[in-house]
Amino acid sequence: MTASTLRIALVGNPNCGKTALFNRLTGSHQKVANYAGVTVERKEGHFTTPSDRLVQVMDLPGTYSLQAVSPDEAITRDVCEGRSAGEMPPDLIVCVVDATNLRLHLRFVLEVRRLGRPMLVALNMIDAARRRGIRVDAARLAERLGVPVIETVAVRRDGVTALVTELDAFTPPNTAPAAAGAAPATPEALHAEVRSLLEDAVSMPRATAAVDDAIDRVVLHPVLGLVLLAVIMFLIFQAVFAWAAPLQDLLAGWVGAAGEWVGGFLDSMPMLQSLVLDGVFAGAGTVVEFLPQILLLFLFILALEESGYLPRAAFLLDRLMHAAGLTGRSFIPLLSSFACAIPGIMATRSIADPRDRLTTILVAPLMTCSARLPVYTLLIAAFIPRREVAGLFNLQGLVLFGLYFAGVASALLVARVIKWMRRDRSEHSLLMELPSYRVPHPLDVAIGLWDRAKIFLQRVGGIILALTVLLWFLSSFPAPPEGATQPAIDYSFAGRIGHWMTFIFAPIGFNWQICIALIPGLAAREVAVSSLATVYALSGGEEEAAIQLGQIIASQWSLATALSLLAWYVFAPQCLSTLAVIRRETNSWRYVWISAGYLFGLAYLASFLTYQITRALT
Amino acid sequence: MSELRKGGCGIVDGVDDVQPGDVIARRLRELGFVSGEPVRVVAVAPLGGDPMLVQVGYTRFALRRTEADRVRLAAEAAA
Repeated sequence: MTASTLRIALVGNPNCGKTALFNRLTGSHQKVANYAGVTVERKEGHFTTPSDRLVQVMDLPGTYSLQAVSPDEAITRDVCEGRSAGEMPPDLIVCVVDATNLRLHLRFVLEVRRLGRPMLVALNMIDAARRRGIRVDAARLAERLGVPVIETVAVRRDGVTALVTELDAFTPPNTAPAAAGAAPATPEALHAEVRSLLEDAVSMPRATAAVDDAIDRVVLHPVLGLVLLAVIMFLIFQAVFAWAAPLQDLLAGWVGAAGEWVGGFLDSMPMLQSLVLDGVFAGAGTVVEFLPQILLLFLFILALEESGYLPRAAFLLDRLMHAAGLTGRSFIPLLSSFACAIPGIMATRSIADPRDRLTTILVAPLMTCSARLPVYTLLIAAFIPRREVAGLFNLQGLVLFGLYFAGVASALLVARVIKWMRRDRSEHSLLMELPSYRVPHPLDVAIGLWDRAKIFLQRVGGIILALTVLLWFLSSFPAPPEGATQPAIDYSFAGRIGHWMTFIFAPIGFNWQICIALIPGLAAREVAVSSLATVYALSGGEEEAAIQLGQIIASQWSLATALSLLAWYVFAPQCLSTLAVIRRETNSWRYVWISAGYLFGLAYLASFLTYQITRALT
Repeated sequence: MSELRKGGCGIVDGVDDVQPGDVIARRLRELGFVSGEPVRVVAVAPLGGDPMLVQVGYTRFALRRTEADRVRLAAEAAA
């Protein structure tokens, strides 16, 4: 037996567990969830078999057919057909099928088989199938298909042993693909073949899981379903604000104590002490306090993704989103944008219609991403009283919900305007599969949260720390001239830049400290908070530096300024990474300028109105 | 098929192309809407019943009415 390297590709229908299998084989942590179109690009990894054979594994986006209709499906088609530029076709195609959904998935197996390349079938989720009383005769299926059929359970540790053994023994044939170029079979012929395979090798007590039908009767009910959706969304925002607060106060206490402790050693070096206290602790430290909120938000998003609820929500909202010029399919990318617009925009690849996809990309930055949460939280905590409304809700939570709602409403409005400008009356397609429900696996959710915490802390320790330190330098130099009357920061580079910028931003109520914070906020929105903390720590006297940023702004800003900044953050295109990913996904600078332009315009307009109206009223 | 109500069943007769090379019609056939296949409307969306949720084989698909229009049902079973 050869110990040569083996290159395999995992292909199959959407949501059949390819990525779970990939993670199990290679020990990676690629994102898995319970809806069609989680994987939108190819992922690669490798592992070594017991006999020391190196296996390179390629995980491909799911597709219903090799006749691709969306960008993610085209990737899979090109690899399977060996058309991928500058690349050999894989030695072996592992066609993954969901054992509970063979009617649909076997058709794709037949289509792949017609390519005539070496392949095997991984009969995945066989445990779930057995629980439902579905019996699959793998040997008979293999005989009929003429390719090996291996049972796998990707979510169990020992679930891929048989597959690894098979891969270990596999030798690529030397002959060229046999049946390549065969005339495409009609869909009817392939389906007839699937039916005959099912009769021969599969016994299925009922077409769907009874529990799915029961849940769907409530979840998809025209009235109850919408009420449930609203309750779930509202609960998330209440929880993010109300439940995270104690944890946040705890972290803030630790950061403050650590700052004092470290600062105590640096009393003899005032310059370094200022860098550490005003730069690192006041700046980057302030952002760390938002970790509990971000994790809580992700806990909900991950649990919803795993459960299979999201496509149902998309189904309920399709009519509304269609009227706005989007599609129900936009729902999942837009919901991911609440975490971060970057994965959200990438997730639009699963939208088949190019116009729907482009509109979704353009409005995704309007979804309130988690990086805006620190800014919102800071301002809400400082300016909105913490009191009960109707004995049930917390006013601060309500305002937060309102800000998220403003983002969503403006996204629908902008999408509607885009549709109107295009004069588009043609048909847009939906065609979306609703998967079986799954109970979210606590370990998977925990791993997902751990990954998010790592990413967040890396951002704090990396870009946020670097920008904060840079801002500290800009705010500390040059030193004020002899006999200066103003605080030192007014004479620094940052102070001067901030004062210039107020020409543009004074009409919307921003003082120069906010203007300075806007610039580093371009690289990462959370930096606006750390920058404000640094700027105020430097411009204040001894006693002011000691108190928290929230109290400083509560005493120095007018309510109009605070609300104006909140309105600004609902819209502002302040994230260079998002603009970069728009450039990559649309392959055009034009849409980058369009989105940056319209977001900036909306932000300025909204802040201007908010500021002027609030000032007139207060 | 778009005329079926919630809970309604039918047998597919075929999928019609609305225009030449209709991608949506082709995809519908690939998903299992082929002659002789039983279908059932599991649910309809709020606000006018568009889209509808259709069970074909072991799978449920959400289809807009315009998409469901392409699926022609065999006459006798449609009632």
